Amino acid sequence: MKRLQFLLKDKLAAASLSILVVTIVAGIFAPLFAPHDPEEVHMELRYAASSWEYLLGNDHLGRCILSRLIFGIRPSVLWVLAALAVSVGIGAILGFIAGYFRGLTDAVVMRICDVMLSFPGYVMTLAVIGILGVGLENILIAFVLMKWAWFTRIIRTSVMQYAESDYVKFSKVLGVSDIKIITKHMVPVSLPDIAVIASSSFGSMILQLSGFSFLGLGIQAPNAEWGMMLNEAREVMFSKPEFMLAPGLTIIVVVSAINFLSDALQVALDPKLLASKYKLQGQGPASTARLQGKEVA
Amino acid sequence: MLSVDRVHKSYIKGGFFSKEIQQVLTNMSFECGQGECLGIIGESGSGKSTLGRLLLGLEKPDSGSVLFEGNKVEDRRARMGNISAVFQDYSSSINPFYTVEQALMEPLKQQSRDYQENQDKIDLLLHQVGLNPSYRKKYPHELSGGEAQRVCIARAVATEPKCILLDEAISSLDGSVQMQVLELLKSLRKIYNMAYIFITHDIQAAAYICDRVMIIRNGEIEEMVKIEHLKDVQSAYARKLLQMIIT
Repeated sequence: MKRLQFLLKDKLAAASLSILVVTIVAGIFAPLFAPHDPEEVHMELRYAASSWEYLLGNDHLGRCILSRLIFGIRPSVLWVLAALAVSVGIGAILGFIAGYFRGLTDAVVMRICDVMLSFPGYVMTLAVIGILGVGLENILIAFVLMKWAWFTRIIRTSVMQYAESDYVKFSKVLGVSDIKIITKHMVPVSLPDIAVIASSSFGSMILQLSGFSFLGLGIQAPNAEWGMMLNEAREVMFSKPEFMLAPGLTIIVVVSAINFLSDALQVALDPKLLASKYKLQGQGPASTARLQGKEVA
Repeated sequence: MLSVDRVHKSYIKGGFFSKEIQQVLTNMSFECGQGECLGIIGESGSGKSTLGRLLLGLEKPDSGSVLFEGNKVEDRRARMGNISAVFQDYSSSINPFYTVEQALMEPLKQQSRDYQENQDKIDLLLHQVGLNPSYRKKYPHELSGGEAQRVCIARAVATEPKCILLDEAISSLDGSVQMQVLELLKSLRKIYNMAYIFITHDIQAAAYICDRVMIIRNGEIEEMVKIEHLKDVQSAYARKLLQMIIT
C-alpha cells in the first residue's frame, strides 16, 4: 500500500496506471462501454468521417471504429496479459527453484531453457500456428511456449545474486525453512526485476500479437483486434491515411503507458532508489538558488 | 557444546565436468565450550570462512562431523535459534527492503511470542546495542556501517542463542567503531552468557576479546593456545604472525 502511494506521487506513473486501468476495465465490460455492435455492417456509412453517433467514424464495412477498438482490448490486451501471467508464472517458479537451490536442479533447468531459447522465436510461433492452425489461442500458446524459458533465465539470474547475500545466510543459520526464505526474502527482493521484465515484454507481446494479426495469422474476421484493424486500414493507406490513426495511436499509447509504468515501478519498489529520488528533489531548489546568487554577483 | 570432529572439506575446481579438487580443510578437530570465546585466526585463504560456513551448518563436511550438543549442525531443527551469526559485510547483511524493526522481527518470529512481547524485546535489543527506538523505521541504506553492524548484532542475540559466530564482524569497520563494537560484544556476553566464535585475521582484536585462540594455516590447525599464553606460542608460523604485529 505504501509503495502504491509512492508510485502515484509520480505523475507520469499515475497517468500510465490510470490509462491501463481504464483500458482493462473497458475491455472487461466492453458491451457496456461500446456504443454499437462492433460487427454490425452499414454499407452506406463506408469510410464515414467521425460524427456524433460514430465518434471515431466507420471502417470499410461501415462498422463503428470506437466499438471495434473497445472490443479489440480483449484479445489485444487482456489475452496477452493472461498469456504473460502464465509464462511469468512458469518462469518465476522454475527461476526461483534453479536460482535458490543451485547445483543439479539448476543445471537441468538451465539446459532445458537453453534448448528452448535456441529456437528462433518467430519461426517457432509460425510452426505452432502451422501445426495447430490459425487463431488467437494458438498464438498465445506459442507465446507461452517461447517466453517461459526466457523468463526463467532472467529470474534465475536475479534470484541468484540475492540468494548468496548475507541476510539469506543469516535466515538459513536461524533455521528458517527454504520456502519461508523464498517467500519472505527472495520474492520481495526480486519482485522489481520481475515487474520490469514482465511489463517490458508485455509491450512487445502486444506488438507481436498485433503483428501476427496484421499478417492474418491471429484472430480471424469479423472479430475486432487492433493489429487486424491496422491491416484493414492499410488497404486505403494512401487515399485515407486517417484510418490508420485510431488503432495505431491506441497501440502506441497503451504500450508506452506500460513502459513508463515499468520504469516507475522499479523506482517505487526499491527503497534505495526511492530515497535517492527524494534527495534529488530536495536538492533541486537549493542548487537553483545558488545559481541565482552567482548571476547577481 | 559445539564440537568439530575430524572434518575434511574440499571443493571441485573449475567447471561443471571438472574433476580437479581443491582441499580446503583437512582433519580439523576442536571444541568450543559453553560461554567460551574462541578466536579463529588465519590469513586470507586459510579456510577460516569455509570453517565458519561448516560451523553454521550452511554446508556439509565431506567427512567428519560438526555437532551441536550432540546433534548434527546441518539439521536446521538442531540449530533453530541456538546458533546465530554476524557477518563481515554489514551492507548486505540486512535485507534492503526491510526496516530495522522488520529485520529484528525475523528471528523473533521463530519463537512463539505474542506481538507486544516482541515489540518490547525490540526496544530492549536496540537499547542493549546502544541505538534508540527511532531507528526502528529506518532502512539499512540509511544506517552508517557501525549502526548497521549494531543492528546485525542485535538481530543475532535476539533469540538468545548459545553460540554466535562472528565472521570478520569488525573487519570492515574503522578503528574507533571497531573498538566500540568490541566493547558492545563484551558487555552482551556478560548479559547472555553466550559462546563466541570469533573469526578474524586481526590478532589484536582476538586477543582483546577471546579466551582461547586457534591459529589455522592452509586448512589445518597450526596451534591452539589460551590467550594468557599467546606470547609463548610454539609453532614457527604462529611466532611469525605475532612478530608481524609487534613490529
